[in-house]
Amino acid sequence: MSVPENNSKAISSPGPGIQDRAGLLSKLMIMPAIVYITAMIGFPFVIAILYSLSSVTTGDPEFHFVGLQNFKDILVDPVFRTSLKNTFFFALVSQTLVIILSRILATALMADFRCKWAVRFLVMLPWTAPISLGTIGWLWMFDSIFSPFDWILRRLGMLGAPGALLGEMQNLYWLGEPALAMTSVIMVHVWRLLPLATVIQLAGLSSIPRELLEAAEVDGARAWRKTFEITIPLTMPIISIAFLFGLVFTFTDMTVVYVLTRGGPVHMTQVLSTWTFFKGIEGGDLAQGAAVSLFLFPVLAGVAALMLRMARRTEVV
Amino acid sequence: MTSSRKILQKGALYMILSMFVIFSAFPFYWMIIATFKRDHDLFNPANNPFLFNEAPTMDHLRLLLFETHFLTYLTNTFLVGAAVVLITLSVAVPAAYSLARWARGWGEILGIGIFLTYLVPPTILFIPLARVASFLGLQESLWSLILIYPTFTIPFCTWLLMGFFKTIPKDIEEQAMVDGLSRLGAMVKVVLPLGISGILTVVVFAFTLSMHEFIYALTFISVSANKTVSIGVPTELVRGDVFQWGPLMAGALLASIPVAVVYTFFLDRFIAGFTMGAVK
Repeated sequence: MSVPENNSKAISSPGPGIQDRAGLLSKLMIMPAIVYITAMIGFPFVIAILYSLSSVTTGDPEFHFVGLQNFKDILVDPVFRTSLKNTFFFALVSQTLVIILSRILATALMADFRCKWAVRFLVMLPWTAPISLGTIGWLWMFDSIFSPFDWILRRLGMLGAPGALLGEMQNLYWLGEPALAMTSVIMVHVWRLLPLATVIQLAGLSSIPRELLEAAEVDGARAWRKTFEITIPLTMPIISIAFLFGLVFTFTDMTVVYVLTRGGPVHMTQVLSTWTFFKGIEGGDLAQGAAVSLFLFPVLAGVAALMLRMARRTEVV
Repeated sequence: MTSSRKILQKGALYMILSMFVIFSAFPFYWMIIATFKRDHDLFNPANNPFLFNEAPTMDHLRLLLFETHFLTYLTNTFLVGAAVVLITLSVAVPAAYSLARWARGWGEILGIGIFLTYLVPPTILFIPLARVASFLGLQESLWSLILIYPTFTIPFCTWLLMGFFKTIPKDIEEQAMVDGLSRLGAMVKVVLPLGISGILTVVVFAFTLSMHEFIYALTFISVSANKTVSIGVPTELVRGDVFQWGPLMAGALLASIPVAVVYTFFLDRFIAGFTMGAVK
């Protein structure tokens, strides 16, 4: 590798025009990205922190330093506590389900069958279609009167008849009952992130050397032993990647809850991101909104650190 | 014995696959039904909701296309997407090339740093960015989205392209330089054409990610005529508390399917970008 390196130097040394000076060029070419990221991500991030320490509102944009007052106010707010709890609950439950389901789906997709492209297109739809529009479809499915789930349950005699298992009412009111509303939110998150995790797991499964599985088969290993002693341990790094990305996406997502429940009924499905929006944008309290959103940061930093550690470990191997 | 076992296995496979297909695709089937169903049929809880009990109708589609801003939302989405693609390419291509070719030490750290900024979510940035947009006088304007959407396209696309450029052997450029091209000329005339599939991937992602975006659009834009599809459909087709389910579902369907088709072709590359480093 060092030979062509010297070669290029030899050629560029006689006429060091700008288009030949690698050191300068490399800096010039990366500069726009650094400037943009600093201005549009770094700078706003610092503003978010400053806002959280101030009393800025949309009505009174002047900066007054108030220390940790916003955080003190937030921590005693019951809605904030519900949001914090829900954010973790939704992300962890949905991603655990996603990992299990995506493993099953990825294994099934490894097999040979007809119309694979059509199956693939259909199971990928929740990820490839815009999230707010997919969620609107679910909103109609959870309708308080016309929900197809309710219709099936009524047909099965489990709902809407005297003495029926789920009650005499004609409907379950999916988004009106706190427990059902939370289930609905988790369902949509699972639906949305299953395709992403599946494709990631597929990449992992197809990276396992065929000889290894064949050798295990020759040794008489059964299917479940192959799964638990070969494929799962070997694909663990990639399972973690799928889990971490899914966690980040559900943890920071606002669209699902905003479109589905707006945090209702009475804030029971509120999450940090929607609460940031309702407080900071609709309520105009920029300072408290910023403070709420910053509670996402420690978890994201943790995830980032984990990813880096994994990336480094795989590089060493 | 073995053949019956094979049939059993095949049966199990098809059952699992159909369950997943139903789970994933049912909301879209549900949209199709609502799009073409007469209101009289749609809003009768006794009717079978999965089938057409009365003849299908084009009324909802007509209402969506000619009596709402739906076509304007599509145009806006397209304009924003195209502009974001251009900005993303002009920033991410040189940055990725620089990181792939010349980065040692600090460059490696810089590359990882750029990728990590992808993890800083819109949820943290939208409040300060709303102030930035209003400071620049861009509130209610599509320009605010064009300026801000690269915050999520540039980091990811730079990372993705970096991987692509690394797979192009250095010798090719060096040969071109021996043949008399400058360093920059070698990049533009030799490397870019070879990296065209990576660049195409980035075009698709920058476009689909801007089309999917919800929070920034919701925060910055409230004027109906300036909305994009992802916020226009969920916010404008509801009059007061009345959801116009037919047109609403028609809008969701029409806007989802084309982008889903394009995205599907590039999904594997997108995932390759995610998992780079984890699989070898």
